[in-house]
Amino acid sequence: MNFYKDNPSLSFYLHHCDMEQVANTRERNYAEAGKHPEAPGDAQAAIGQYEAVMSLLGEIAGDVIAPNAAAVDAEGPKLEGGRIRYAAGTRRNLDALVQSGLYGMTLDRKYNGLNFPRVAAVMAAEIIARADVGFATIWGLQDCADTIQQFASEQIKDKYLPRIYRGATCSMDLTEPDAGSDLQSVRLKASYDEASKCWRLNGVKRFITNGDADLHLVLARSEEGTNDGRGLSYFLFDRADGGMTVRRIENKMGIKGSPTAELQFTNAPCQLIGERRLGLIKYVMSLMNGARLGVGAQSIGLCEAACREAVAYAASREQFGKTIDNFVAVQDLLTAMRARTDGARSLMYETARYVDLSSTSKQASRTADILTPLVKLNASEFANRNAYDCIQVHGGSGFMKEYACERLYRDARILSIYEGTSQLQVVAAMKGLVSGAYLKLIEEYDAKVGMPAENGEVNLQCCLSMLRDATAAYKSLYIMATVDGTSTLLFEHNARNLIESLSYIIMGYLLLLDAQRDSSFAASCNYWARHSLAKVAYSSAMVNNI
Amino acid sequence: MKALKIAVLAKQVPDTHNVGADAMNADGTINRAALPTVFNPEDLKALEMALQLKEEVEGSTVTVITMGPPRAAEIIRDARNRGADDGFVLSDMRFAGADTLATSYALSCAVQSLGAVDVIFCGRQAIDGDTAQVGPQVAEKLSMPQVTYAELLMEHDDKTLTIQRRLERGTEVVRVQMPALVTVTSAATDCRYPNAHRMLRYGNNEVTVHSADDIETDLSRLGLSGSPTKVKRIENVVLAHKEAEQVTPTEEGLGRLAQTLISEHIL
Repeated sequence: MNFYKDNPSLSFYLHHCDMEQVANTRERNYAEAGKHPEAPGDAQAAIGQYEAVMSLLGEIAGDVIAPNAAAVDAEGPKLEGGRIRYAAGTRRNLDALVQSGLYGMTLDRKYNGLNFPRVAAVMAAEIIARADVGFATIWGLQDCADTIQQFASEQIKDKYLPRIYRGATCSMDLTEPDAGSDLQSVRLKASYDEASKCWRLNGVKRFITNGDADLHLVLARSEEGTNDGRGLSYFLFDRADGGMTVRRIENKMGIKGSPTAELQFTNAPCQLIGERRLGLIKYVMSLMNGARLGVGAQSIGLCEAACREAVAYAASREQFGKTIDNFVAVQDLLTAMRARTDGARSLMYETARYVDLSSTSKQASRTADILTPLVKLNASEFANRNAYDCIQVHGGSGFMKEYACERLYRDARILSIYEGTSQLQVVAAMKGLVSGAYLKLIEEYDAKVGMPAENGEVNLQCCLSMLRDATAAYKSLYIMATVDGTSTLLFEHNARNLIESLSYIIMGYLLLLDAQRDSSFAASCNYWARHSLAKVAYSSAMVNNI
Repeated sequence: MKALKIAVLAKQVPDTHNVGADAMNADGTINRAALPTVFNPEDLKALEMALQLKEEVEGSTVTVITMGPPRAAEIIRDARNRGADDGFVLSDMRFAGADTLATSYALSCAVQSLGAVDVIFCGRQAIDGDTAQVGPQVAEKLSMPQVTYAELLMEHDDKTLTIQRRLERGTEVVRVQMPALVTVTSAATDCRYPNAHRMLRYGNNEVTVHSADDIETDLSRLGLSGSPTKVKRIENVVLAHKEAEQVTPTEEGLGRLAQTLISEHIL
């Protein structure tokens, strides 16, 4: 089974009309063409490369990672003498991906990377997450290498980045017992050791995903006497240098194949990434946006897996003399699951394209920043909802361990928590809400849509009309929510409803644009057009009656 | 240890896991155009054994040879992406209609065109023919010793290979003098996946296609004219009985079962 080839949506987004510009940007107008044997000569060749590699990844996801997922979930990693041993299936997954040269997807070619854009990286994450979300966390942490590539010295880059291609695993060591969402409270100490001329780490990190990785990016307090984010710097710790012990691994509800560890650093030698004091305010924030998009990709992978499990079961389970996918109540569940998956996916690839184009314009960078929290918020909540509905379609059988849906349900739960809870995504989205940037984006989409042609069973003109009505109603709602006399507290109470209203409208518009090119998106477009109207009406009722 | 010249014989076959309703023509022959194709599974295992040997003996090369229509170049590309150094397709209408005798003749000529080869690996059999004859016939034509049903390459030195081969009730370990031909079974190690960097590096490179004129052959031994096998009739055996029938495990019961199977043209 090939998880790329069996999902035409992925090819659709690789061939999106903006992908030529994405490829041109990533390839710096093909500066390496003819100089490096792997460099493409034009956009078409570059996109062909993305497609070929996604197909390879899809084969490994379908034939290796997915079949391993249940056993990895049951076996889990083990702590042995201060080291973590992965489940056997996790090791097999890693070996297959490393041997296939797939690590270092976004790294420059001089570090043996594939030099692929963010669109391809999130697609890879989505494909792998569909096979096993727990393993996708281990895979996704190679994004730490992007931070090293972007901010570390040439010496550090030359030494460590080629190891990513050879399969060095990574971890992002941020959280501590008293510093979770509030990373400004990080206390793990970094001090410069004059004798050995290097930085050393002392302290504890907690809830560290893939905690026994080969390479760690560690957020630590380098400036004595400080107690906020400005005293924090970012360090690269090499596991081979010693000085770190895994104290425990957590017994989690889901993503059990991914080891979550508590780490004790004792005089661990490390190297400073970039400049002191910029650890949290610049480097972690940069990494965090990438990580949030990554969790969006994991969520969409899980959404897709849940959809397929549900559709397959509904097509085979007979009740009252027919398969249950003939019942409207079940069809409603399946339609909603597909629409959530399509909506979140369209939003994610739109965001990833803006991330890729960030270097070309500040506007693209700003759009990427405001869309990222919408991806994380909506995709992770949808993953939970799809997992719930998947069990619902399975009925009593879904409550039993025999079916994959119960694992999906457990795996989904962390997605709306880690790398920033849904509540924090609402806070992150407030800037775009208050500045009117989301509305401006919606206006741009509206201008792009023009007048859609009649499209099969779904009337896209009607969808456009609903989206315009929802937008107009949202504008009135926003005025109501911010009228003089409304306190900040009340506004915050309404923020999530406002942001979800905007998200639904944006997804509706994006799917309308997609449906104009491919009618298979029309049903999901219709779903979000209707739900935009409903959500804004609901939100208005909540604002008016608070 | 001296570098080895390794050849792999491979075949592109119909993907029997994805057979559609139009897979068979009205006359009972295969409608190849309607079937997706794959690298014959046991040939992939043979390729992996070859690649492992190549990795262990520095400077060795792996060349993959296939015979078929021009689209068979796909498996040469695939093999290259997995680590083979190169390969070529034997494609010519004069090869068409070949049975195992003519096929093994063409392939043995192709191997000879490479010069002195140390080892030839091939799958035990192809999933579209299931004859398991081509490998042994190539070995005979090249006067090479052969090890069939290989599942593990255990050791090697300058002159010999030590191989574990599958028997009906167990395994045996044999040592063979090189040059030799080895046919590999499905129990051998799975082939590695293609490598992304090799795909980007070599993916667009042309694949050499040789005609009958490019290798030294006796044209009368190729294709239909070189094939003594004649297909008289192809019968589609349909198992129509839906209900199970219990057979008493006695000599009489089994005799009746055998008679039934023979009369239904199953045996």
